[in-house]
Amino acid sequence: MAADIKLYITDREGVRHEIEAPTDMGMNLMEVIRAFELAPEGTIGICGGMAMCASCQCYVNSNHELPEMGYDEEMMLSEAFNVTDRSRLGCQIQLTEEMEGLDITIAPEV
Amino acid sequence: MIHTDIIIIGAGPTGLFAVFEAGLLKLKCHLIDALPAPGGQCAEIYPKKPIYDIPAYPEVLAGDLVDNLMKQIAPFEPGFTLGERAETIDKQEDGTFVVTTNKGTKHHAPIVAIAGGLGSFEPRKPPIDNLEAYEDNGVAYMIKDPEIYRDKRVVIAGGGDSALDWSIFLTDVASEVTLVHRRNEFRGALDSVDKVQELKDAGKIRLITPAEVTGIIGDGQVEGVVISKKDEEDIVLETDYFIPLFGLSPKLGPIANWGLEIEKNAIKVNNALDYQTNIPGIYAIGDVNIYPGKLKLILCGFHEATLMCQSAYQRIYPNKRYVMKYTTVSGVDGFDGSKKEAPKSVIKTID
Ligand SMILES: Cc1cc2nc3c(=O)[nH]c(=O)nc-3n(C[C@H](O)[C@H](O)[C@H](O)COP(=O)(O)OP(=O)(O)OC[C@H]3O[C@@H](n4cnc5c(N)ncnc54)[C@H](O)[C@@H]3O)c2cc1C
Ligand code: FES
Repeated sequence: MAADIKLYITDREGVRHEIEAPTDMGMNLMEVIRAFELAPEGTIGICGGMAMCASCQCYVNSNHELPEMGYDEEMMLSEAFNVTDRSRLGCQIQLTEEMEGLDITIAPEV
Repeated sequence: MIHTDIIIIGAGPTGLFAVFEAGLLKLKCHLIDALPAPGGQCAEIYPKKPIYDIPAYPEVLAGDLVDNLMKQIAPFEPGFTLGERAETIDKQEDGTFVVTTNKGTKHHAPIVAIAGGLGSFEPRKPPIDNLEAYEDNGVAYMIKDPEIYRDKRVVIAGGGDSALDWSIFLTDVASEVTLVHRRNEFRGALDSVDKVQELKDAGKIRLITPAEVTGIIGDGQVEGVVISKKDEEDIVLETDYFIPLFGLSPKLGPIANWGLEIEKNAIKVNNALDYQTNIPGIYAIGDVNIYPGKLKLILCGFHEATLMCQSAYQRIYPNKRYVMKYTTVSGVDGFDGSKKEAPKSVIKTID
């Protein structure tokens, strides 16, 4: 069985949460944030995870090697607001064991 | 004042299907939606994507689902107030309600059904200073009446389907169309991208990429926009209108202040009975409601709409006895005089 991993997620109020997320449920970062209710329902995952809304934008604070951005993610981020070079779309990042200790901040709601 | 039996706030799949179920009970409906067209999330977020879990449809495009619903409810002649947000609700002495929109349109009915989904779709506004001051004075986030742009100069910003489609459409209306996008690539339906290329080559669309609109110029009214390109000096482009199209995001908005019980950005309802809220006469159906075990799915919204209409009927006609009839048996009598019914069986002797 795949192990749970530890994630550090700072919510939009600035509160840092330490959570144990499963890597065997096919979850992405956006879904983890919803499952742990770290952002109010209806303010994240609007497009269901199709890289079409940017409501799941996060800033990556740690130096993890994350999967490369796909074309859709890149295009969506180029149209989103408050984007920095640490921005990623949570819905495009599938959780894996390599992400142990990943530290992210949820971008402001637009 | 618009008078009807049920005011439905939200013209997504749930609100649309409620019109049909109400119609079978001879109740008239009027829909209010902030979007300029019906369909809710299906129309705004994923019109060209397939849905696989509508019972009896192995696959249906979200846009087609909306078109079919519109066809199905047409005989019941629903009224529409589109492009306006339901802002306030006032309970009258006789227990009926008046719902007023942000544009001041008033609607009156004994029943209000909130089918507001994730909330009213509000434009995502780019972070430009003073942008809001120019709203309705040359800045628009949605195109409701393209005729306004007849023979005017228009600058559109954005790189998705709506930016592409409106740029194409407006070339036939406006005197000048400029499309500004942060990248050279566009993400949209292939035929829209090709069409923009064609219009650009023909000199009908001016494309400025990769670039961003970073400022607005004008004395109360838009007279021009500032366009910034990386490593280049800003340019000022004269224009009559600036239309940033960066998609819409749903916000529960004013409904949150109507005295309804709210939990997790949704309206609490009685799911054991009829999806009524804590205010009798106000129902909440579809994605906008919450109860134990709630699932935000289209088929759940359809079910909730059906039960809600039965309860609404009982509230409007407390003394009428009623039994549910199958549409196959009783047919569908439209308010427009149309009648649909199953063909009668043939009676013929077989020798
Ligand atoms: C990408 C994606 C894929 C999906 N796939 C599926 C699927 O496969 N199967 C499935 O069953 N479901 C799916 N869904 C969910 C489905 O689209 C929703 O359950 C459905 O749209 C809910 O319908 P609704 O009518 O309740 O609300 P909505 O479709 O959200 O419509 C609500 C409408 O109300 C309007 N509104 C709200 N408040 C106000 C106000 N104050 N004034 C005026 N107007 C207002 C909004 O503008 C909106 O148009 C998907 C959703 C998304 C985003
Ligand atoms: S959930 Fe919409 S872009 Fe990630």
